Formats: sequence, C-alpha cells, structure tokens
Amino acid sequence: MEGFIEIKDLRFSYINEIEEPPVRTEVLKGVDLSIKKGEFVAVLGHNGSGKSTLAKCINAINLPESGSVTVEGMDTTDEDNLLPIRQKVGMVFQNPDNQIVATIVEEDVAFALENMGVEPKEIRRRVDEALKTVGMYEYRLHAPHKLSGGQKQRVAIAGIIAMRPECILLDEPTAMLDPLGRAEVMKTIKMLNEQGVTIVLITHYMEEAAQAERVVVIDGGEVVMDDVPKRIFSQVEIMKNLGLDVPQVTELAWELKKAGFDISTEIITEEECVEKLYALLEARGKKQEARN
Amino acid sequence: MIKDITIGQYFPGSSVIHRMDARVKIILTAVFIVMLFAADNIQGLAVGIAFTLIIFLVSKIPLRMMGKSLKPIIPLILITAILNIFFIRTGDVILHWKFIKITNEGVDTAVFMIVRILCLICGTSLLTYTTSPIDLTDAIERLLSPLKKIKLPVHELAMMMTIALRFIPTLIEETDKIMSAQKARGADMETGNLIQKAKALIPILIPLFVASFRHAEELALAMECRCYHGGEGRTRMKQLKMSMIDLWGALFSTLFLAGVITVNILT
Repeated sequence: MEGFIEIKDLRFSYINEIEEPPVRTEVLKGVDLSIKKGEFVAVLGHNGSGKSTLAKCINAINLPESGSVTVEGMDTTDEDNLLPIRQKVGMVFQNPDNQIVATIVEEDVAFALENMGVEPKEIRRRVDEALKTVGMYEYRLHAPHKLSGGQKQRVAIAGIIAMRPECILLDEPTAMLDPLGRAEVMKTIKMLNEQGVTIVLITHYMEEAAQAERVVVIDGGEVVMDDVPKRIFSQVEIMKNLGLDVPQVTELAWELKKAGFDISTEIITEEECVEKLYALLEARGKKQEARN
Repeated sequence: MIKDITIGQYFPGSSVIHRMDARVKIILTAVFIVMLFAADNIQGLAVGIAFTLIIFLVSKIPLRMMGKSLKPIIPLILITAILNIFFIRTGDVILHWKFIKITNEGVDTAVFMIVRILCLICGTSLLTYTTSPIDLTDAIERLLSPLKKIKLPVHELAMMMTIALRFIPTLIEETDKIMSAQKARGADMETGNLIQKAKALIPILIPLFVASFRHAEELALAMECRCYHGGEGRTRMKQLKMSMIDLWGALFSTLFLAGVITVNILT
C-alpha cells in the first residue's frame, strides 16, 4: 500500500552564500521513508543529523534537491500543492514563543483558519473545538505570554489542529519545557494519535520515543534504523555508537545482562522493567531455596 | 522595573466600551482629542474632564491603571509647568525675586495645560486598554483600506503592528535575562555618567538585536506552516460589527464636543 507520506531518495543541502566560495553542506543524503496514515513515528538522531531538515521537507518548507517527497500523492515541488500540503501536514516547533502570532490565545488559534479563508462562524466553532481538545478552553481569552511553557505549546498545537491536519510534525516540542509541561504535551500528542492523526515526533527524549509505534533513527543524513521501539532500543551498543541514549530501564537491563543476569533487553517501560526484575529475583529466590 | 510599561496593554472585559466597534473607538478618540483642544477656558475643560471620568468609570478599568499610564509622562508635565510658570509674564505679579517673576496668568495657564495633558493621556490610553490589539490593528486596516488604491500595503502594515505588539512582552523578558546575564559577568550598568551608562547598554542591545532576528526567522517559518500567504483571501474570526452601542457612544461623545463648544461661546 502506498504510504500517506512517501519520501524517495531525498537529498537536501544548505548553501552558505556568505562564505566565498559558497559552502555547500549536504544534510540529507538519500532518505527513503514511508509513513502510513495514523502512525505514530518518533525520529531520533543527534544534533546535526538532519532530522529537523527532514521534517521541513515533508511540509514543503524545504524543497528536495533530488528525489521526491509526496503527501497523499501531492508532490511538494509543485507550487499549487503548497497550501493543501501545509494544511494536511501541520508543524509544531521547539520554541512556543516563536510560533504564537496573536496576543490572545483564541485569536492565535484562529490564525491558520483565517489564512485559509474559512467562514467566521466555522472558525469560531473549530477554534473552540481545538482549544477543548488540548484542554486550554478556559484560557481562551488569556495573553499567551502569561501562560506556562507547556500551556503555550498546547496553544501552538491547538493552532495546528484547528486546521484539521491529517498529520502533525513536531520538532522537539518538549525541549524547552519542564517535566510537567513535557508530560502535558506528550499526553496531548498521544490523544491526537488515538483520534487518528498521524504523528511524526522529533525528540531527544528516549522515554518519549519509547511511546511511539515506530522509531526511525537518522545519522549523517541517512535512515540507519527503522523498527518498533523495543527492537531499536534493545540494540544498546549500536545506539550508543550513534551518540544516542536508550531509556533508563533499557540501560539497566542491558547492564544487568552484561553482568551475567538472564534478562531480556527488550524493555522500554518502567512496568515491564519491574515485571522482569521481579521474575528475575523470584527465580533467584527459588534457586537459593532449592540449594538450601 | 521595565515590566511597568503599560502602553498597548489590553485589559479584557465586557463593559460597554469594550464592546464598542474598534473603528468607532478610534474615530471617537480623535473626537476626544479635538474636544480637549477646542476647550479654551476652565469651564470648557471641565466638560472634557467630566467626559474622561465618565468613560473611565464606564470602562471599569481599575483607576490605578490611570495612575500607571501617567507615570511616564511626569517629566513632560514638569517641563510644561516650568515653562508656563516662568515664561508667561502677563497678568498680576504674585512673586518677584531677582529675575524670577511669577504671574497669576502663568500659574493659571500651567494648571490648564497640565490638566489638559492628563485628560489627553488618560482618555487615549483607554483605547488600548479596552481594545484587543488584534481588533485595533484590524480596525486600522479597515479604516486605511481605501489607501490600498494608492498601493499602500495596508494589510502588511497591520500585520507588522500585530506582531510588534505581540513581541513586546517577549522582548522585555529577554532584555531582563540579558541584563542579568551581563551583570553576572560583571557588567556595570548603574554607575557612571550619562555617556558611560549609554555605553553600558551596548552589550544589552546587541544580543537583543540578534535575538529578535532569530525570533523573526522562526516566526516567519511558523506562519508559513500555518498557510500564511499575505492578506489575499483572508477571513477574520471576529467580524467588526457596528451596533446600537456604537451609535450611543458616538452620540454621547458628540454631545460633549457640542457642550465644550457651547461653553466656549457662552463664556
């Protein structure tokens, strides 16, 4: 089946024209990726690996140098597809302050719809709906700069979901938030995914990536791993070589295994870890009993 | 300290003045200014003062806000007072000491001018207190829209104003942060003469400038992601609509303007 987002042999470079001669930095070196409708994909990679650039290629901010990017069959290089693509694929950025345009929460959420030329009554309805979805309806008349980071980011997400996109790209949406704000945003993202929205989450937090259905690891402008989180994170050594971490519980299991314990490294949540550790301790207890 | 700036700050509310059409409010603000300058004696000004007080009470904006908006213009008031008191030489002399001569007319004019400025600032700042910046820029866009015919980029100007207003608090916060960061590195901003103090601002202004470019770049990107493509085909969630309130407001203001003019003629 043809995916919702199809990326084929995508290459992209940034050109620094200030330098003489201009310096060309190739960021994406042939990326192939297919994302199905309704998937929750986490994209991992260390700084400068090209993951943000990749996201910007999907909603036609960056245009491919060679290869192709299509969203539901629409090619991003076609100028006529620009607005339909951006409406289908919304993007949330790292710094919530830099993506809020208006001085009142509800007017900011309405911004995209106003740009699309939606009827005023319909805008009102969709804005209220979007704000209720992210749980910010009570704050609709507040000034954005008086909200907490997590709340601001939820407003930014509301501004995107008001467009009714089929996919949301999130470029490290939790990087500037405190743990509480991070939890709020992650909860919102998961809820949206359950409602059928395709999610592409770029993140540095392995615990967040572990909540996805699928993890794509990018290194040096190429997709190096693409699998379910469990199988990605259980390859602890490969991940470390790529300059990436694994969730704390996976690392614990890995260290235990190295020390000679019989434990699987396919652990990504705390619950699983507790279960496995309990089983391990129980087995040891029984062994000891038998010896006595 | 710099958080005290209130110009352009909106107080959400639901008073009659809040509910008025922003376009009407802008025009009535102009009427109000005309009213204050039309008054050429104390009696006429009293009508203006009454008008200012009434609109302030109706708007339900806390009165301390009035004081807050007046704080930055204290120097202006002082200069006005000094100029009028010392340089008006006509009228009866109240005090004569060496070259200083103060006349009753000088004092009268000073008081008159100060009251006029106070009313002016209080009344006009009510426009920004009771109108959300978006409504305000929207209204300016509509009022100026005939100028589109002479190729004036009205929508772009309005958008720029909205964004500027939106980023005032963000940039203030950033200034505070940069100042703390520079102080932590031993920057001295409090001592020295005026020139030294001005020079001390350079390490604050440069990072602020760079930061605002970064903000601008990211904001432009975020706006593009939300389908922004200029003013063409754009709709608005909040439609500006004139209602009976606006008619009454206009009537009320005109009545006071007429009152001021009548008082002028009668006295």
